[in-house]
Parts: sequence; C-alpha cells; structure tokens
Amino acid sequence: MTRPVPTRVPPALAVFGGIGALVFVIPLVGLAWRTPWSRLGELIGSDVVTDALRLSLLTSVVSALLSLAFGVPLAWLLARVDFPGRRLLRAIVTLPMVLPPVVGGAALLFAFGRRGLVGEPLESVTGLLLPFSTWGVIVANTFVAMPFLVITVEGALRNLDPRYEAAAASLGASPFTVFRRVTLPMIGPSLGAGLVLAWARALGEFGATITFAGNLQGRTQTLPIAVFVALESDRDVAVAISLILVVISVIVLVALRDRWWRSS
Amino acid sequence: MSRSITAFGSALVSRSNPRALMTTPVVMLALATLASCGNGSSSSAEREVVTVFAAASLGDAFTAMEEAIEAANPAIDVQLSLAGSSALREQILDGAPADVFASANETVMADVVDAGAASSPQVFATNELVIAANVENDVGAVGLADFERPELFVGVCAPEVPCGSAAVEVFASAGVTPQLDTEEPDVRRLLAKIIDGELDVGLVYATDVIAADGAVAAFELPVAVSSTNRYSVAALESAEDPDAAALVVGFITSSEGRAVLETFGFGS
Repeated sequence: MTRPVPTRVPPALAVFGGIGALVFVIPLVGLAWRTPWSRLGELIGSDVVTDALRLSLLTSVVSALLSLAFGVPLAWLLARVDFPGRRLLRAIVTLPMVLPPVVGGAALLFAFGRRGLVGEPLESVTGLLLPFSTWGVIVANTFVAMPFLVITVEGALRNLDPRYEAAAASLGASPFTVFRRVTLPMIGPSLGAGLVLAWARALGEFGATITFAGNLQGRTQTLPIAVFVALESDRDVAVAISLILVVISVIVLVALRDRWWRSS
Repeated sequence: MSRSITAFGSALVSRSNPRALMTTPVVMLALATLASCGNGSSSSAEREVVTVFAAASLGDAFTAMEEAIEAANPAIDVQLSLAGSSALREQILDGAPADVFASANETVMADVVDAGAASSPQVFATNELVIAANVENDVGAVGLADFERPELFVGVCAPEVPCGSAAVEVFASAGVTPQLDTEEPDVRRLLAKIIDGELDVGLVYATDVIAADGAVAAFELPVAVSSTNRYSVAALESAEDPDAAALVVGFITSSEGRAVLETFGFGS
C-alpha cells in the first residue's frame, strides 16, 4: 500500500471533473427530494414491495452465482486458449453490455420461449418452461450480468505474470490444480469486483426481464419492474422502491467495491 | 480491477497508435455535429406542430388519423406519442410538452382535468374487451372460466392501465379467479405475446384482435360482464397553439374522424 502523493489540482480538471460528478449526484438529490419520507415505512412495508424485494434479492444473487460458475471458465478459455473464432466469441459475450436489454429479452424469447428454437424441444422433453417463471427472470438477469464478470476476470487473467503458473506446473501441478491453487487466488480481487458488478447489473435489470419473463407479483415482478408499473399509478410507491434499490446498491458498492478496487 | 478495465479498453482501441486517444473524441464530435445538422434541415419549419399524446390501443387508428388531419390541414404537422394512457397522464402532469391528449378511458382523462391540465373532454370512440386466444396453441379456450385453468398461459394488462383495470372488473363481476402468468404494462405487449404463442389466452380490446389480422381468435364476453371503455380527447391547457390543438380535436370528433376510427373497428 502506497499513499498517494498530494498534488495540486489543475483548475480545468477540477471544473470538468466536478461537472461529471454532478451528473450522478443531482438525480439522486432529485430522488431524495421527491421521497415521501413520512409515509416511507408504510410504503416499503406493502406486500407489493416486499414481494418484489425478496424476488429481486433471490434472482440477482442466483444470477451472480451462475455468472461465477460459467463466467470464470469462459473467461479462462477466452484468455488462455487460442481457438479459432475467439475474437468473435469475445465480441458476442460482451454484446449484452451494449445491446438494448429489450432486444436481449426478445432474443431470449425466440430461443427459449414456448415456441422458441430451444424452448419448444426443452419443454417437450423436460416439461421445463422459462417464460413467465422465476427461472426466466434468472436467465434474463444472467444474460445481461455475466459479461461484466467475464470481462473483468479475462482482463485480470491476461495481466497475470505467467511465471507463477509456469513454476507451479514445473513442480508437477496438474493444469486444473494450477488454475485452482495459483491462478484463482491471484485474480481474487478482480473476481470479487466482477462478481459485484454482475450482481449489481442483475439487480437493476429490467428490459430483458419484462420482455422474456413478463410481470407477475411474487413470481416475476422484480423491484425495477415494480417501479416501472408503479410510475403509472402511484408515484410515491415508485419513489420508495427506487430508494430501496439505491440504498442496497450503494451499501454493497461502497462496502465491497472500495475494498477490491484498492487492493488491486 | 482498474488494470483489467485498461486491458479491455486497449483491446478495443489500437494499442500501437497513442494518437488515436486524441483523434477518437474529435471524430465523435464531428459525427455528432453532422447528425444534428441533418436533423435541423429536415424538420418542417413552416408547419405548426401539434403533439398528440394517445393511448397505445389507438396506435394504428391514430397513425391513419394523423395522415387524414395533415391531408385536410396542410399547415399542421401532427406528431404522435403513443403509450399507456396512465403513463401519458403522468407525463402530462409532469409538464410534458403535449397539445392534445386522447385517453383510453374517462377515468384517466378525469385525473388530467381535475389537475387543471385540460377542460371539456369529449368522448369520441368506444372499444370492448374480448377474449383473445392464440389460434395455433389449440387450447379450446372460449370462455372466461378457462382463465382459471392452471395449465393455460394466461395474460392480462397490468391493473394500472385502462385495459387492466377493466379486466379486473370483468373477472370480479363474472366471479372468476384467473390463474395469471403475467400482467403486461400495455395492451399491445400483451397482444404480441398471444400472437407469438407465448400466452394462450388474454383479455384485449376488440380493435387489437382486428389488428392481429387472423393470428388470434376472438370470443366476446357475456353481455352481463362485458366492459365498454369510452375514449376521450381534449386539448391541453399547455398547448402552444390552442387554435391548432382545437382544430385537431375537432377533426378527431368529426364525422371524418369517426370514419377513420370505424375502419379500425372502434365503436362510436
């Protein structure tokens, strides 16, 4: 740990950087200003909100864990194995980050819907149907969230000094042991950061979810969808739910992200 | 972490040419300038723009209405903004720059009038909820009672929007407890999922079934529980040019306007 040397702040950087910060701060102030603080407890306690909160926490955490289980091996393949079409695959994996989520949701529907390419045979064989189910929400969340983990972990793998892995291998460790005992611990901070980013993206996911999984309280209505529906009927409820989302996100991002950012 | 992001960035921007770092924003700025020029020259400077906020279910009819109004009044440029009526109400009450509001029911319009944003709304069309069933899913669903079958995929509009609040009333008066799979935020989204076969049955407007062009089968509700919604339109107090807004409202409520609406299946 090195302390940053105190520097004189160039005025241009201070002004533009300050304006940049305001872009993020002002909307939050607006939200706080519009919050019906005296009714907040009653609004948050309503069953629409508690159902959505429970569902959001469940689906975002499961999505983050699925991203971890499949995203880390995928990142390793992208970083370490020179297979044909690797650049194309990397672009496809990162596509959900730039694609409008609604487009992602429609694509999921064409693939995994009841009439979908994979969905129809999947249903006839296993009876499993993703649309309009909580699993549908989890799939939509994972689709948009996993790229954040893959990118972060792949970047870390590429920047790793290969001599440590080579040393372990030369001492007789199998490739999987090297991955588990040397590679994973060394990319720990990036892995944690990627996991948090993926979780946060899953928590805020809206477009792909409503397109693919629909909207039903207790089954597919997550916090962002509850906000969207409430904005048309009860602004106070919408603001209260938004505030929950902001508070959860800020707590997690400050507590976890800060730690991992510093240590890398 | 910061290093890994840098690695990702360097994969996108050419590593060999540091000058790219400076030229990229300049190219972006040039693109933005070009794009904004194109927009400026194509907008009609002479015609009076009248912004019409219209319920999602009016979409097809009002697209035709727009052409009819502009053909009859070359000095007017109608611009449509389509969404759920209640979403439009919130936008209007938040000060969105709209001139005319066409709501799918009278309740939503009443909120706008009560807030002082419009006065003397006029009913100009009616519509009815019908049961829509996907024709290929072969569900044999023809009645409200089928909405209780758990094996069917059943959708309605969210109760926050007019077609959803009407559906709630229909189920209540029919004594049916539907086994819902989704409450879609507007009727066209619901219709699309029935057309795609993701949903088996749902309650949509009669006009939506006509728009679906054979992809869904419609079954009328029993008279005792049927639900007719009355569309109402008003010029908004915030209208930039009240005369132009009144002219558009006048056309929509005229016999010419009614003729357009009738071709799309709306009642009068």
